[in-house]
Amino acid sequence: MSSAHFQYVLRLGDNALVLGQRLSEWCGHSPFLEEDIAMANTALDHIGRARMLLSHAGAIEGRGRDEDALAYLRDEREFGNFLVCELPNGDYAFTLVRQYLLDVYHQLLFEALTASADEELAAIAAKAVKEAAYHARRSGDWVLRFGDGTDESQARAQAALDELWSYTGELCTPDAVDEAMQAAGIAPDLEQLAARWREIVEAHLAAATLSVPPADWQAGGGREGLHTEHMGRLLAEMQFVQRAYPGLNW
Amino acid sequence: MSTPVALDADAVRVLLEDVRDPEIPILTIADLGVLRDVSVDDDGGVTVVITPTYSGCPAMQTIADDIRAVLDRAQCTQVRIVTRLAPAWTTDWLSPAARAKLLEVGIAPPLEPTSDKRVLNGHAQAVACPRCRSHDTEPVSEFGSTACKALYRCRSCLEPFDYFKCL
Repeated sequence: MSSAHFQYVLRLGDNALVLGQRLSEWCGHSPFLEEDIAMANTALDHIGRARMLLSHAGAIEGRGRDEDALAYLRDEREFGNFLVCELPNGDYAFTLVRQYLLDVYHQLLFEALTASADEELAAIAAKAVKEAAYHARRSGDWVLRFGDGTDESQARAQAALDELWSYTGELCTPDAVDEAMQAAGIAPDLEQLAARWREIVEAHLAAATLSVPPADWQAGGGREGLHTEHMGRLLAEMQFVQRAYPGLNW
Repeated sequence: MSTPVALDADAVRVLLEDVRDPEIPILTIADLGVLRDVSVDDDGGVTVVITPTYSGCPAMQTIADDIRAVLDRAQCTQVRIVTRLAPAWTTDWLSPAARAKLLEVGIAPPLEPTSDKRVLNGHAQAVACPRCRSHDTEPVSEFGSTACKALYRCRSCLEPFDYFKCL
């Protein structure tokens, strides 16, 4: 039970950390200044969220690992984030369609987690849900603008959605950890949440003239530490300094 | 050699008036609502409770360091800084003085609750330009110079300005 609790909070932290790391890659490269600032700020919110969740995971584990130890000193197979978070950013449509799918998911998830039996997690969720709602408003705007925009932007957004959709199965399918946490009153009913997520997302995609791809093969394995080939490179960049100079501070 | 001075909570609050938001230095942490509680323990140690504005707010570390520095100068060395997450910070905690100070430096303060019929019917509430007070303004970007602000533009006087977002 306590191990499932640790895993559950750790995964939430890993999703925030890995997505925050990806978003931060846009810093200095976004299409125009306002977007560059928006992207960097969104990345910062995710990294802040990751710090709180990983600190809490470390406290649950009780073996003296803090947020830094969990972020910088674990190997690929020990990360439990959804695969979709680690995918390379692609073009701006890919980054923002992904962001929209995850922002809505996180908004619903953190809203539900404010009622968690884990009080610290509920407090973190109360903070995160406000930001997730704000992020969803921005990414949702971009999905509309790309989808219902020019032929070029529509084609790119649709291509992004076609690729991303096969990574959403993981978000919606509870595994043993999710079930144990639901039974303990710590996590919400994921299937119910997933149904609500689909409803919101599908309505918005339709408004953006994007078609929801058929439900076929779904990628999975992120929660068990089986990652895509992109994850190792992401960690190499993120962890390099702490690995080369252990304990370095500045 | 100096001996530590015993301070009461009110005296500590007065000292903390010197701790400001490093990104909006006209605001003290009390103005912002980041400073939640101050208490003095039996052994003379001071506990300061702060609540972060945003999860990733980079100012929190600086604020914590500044609190220590200010109290250290008052020879109060036993300081505990507690970060409290719940209830989550909201712009409702900005003091009236803080709202006035924001306007003064050209930042539109967060919108306040309204009973305007148009807004109740679903229209977006207009942000007033801090320069000419016109309500004919438009958002340029959901994020401005810091995470807590959005970027707006006034269509009357053409001034671009920061708007402190409601959260």
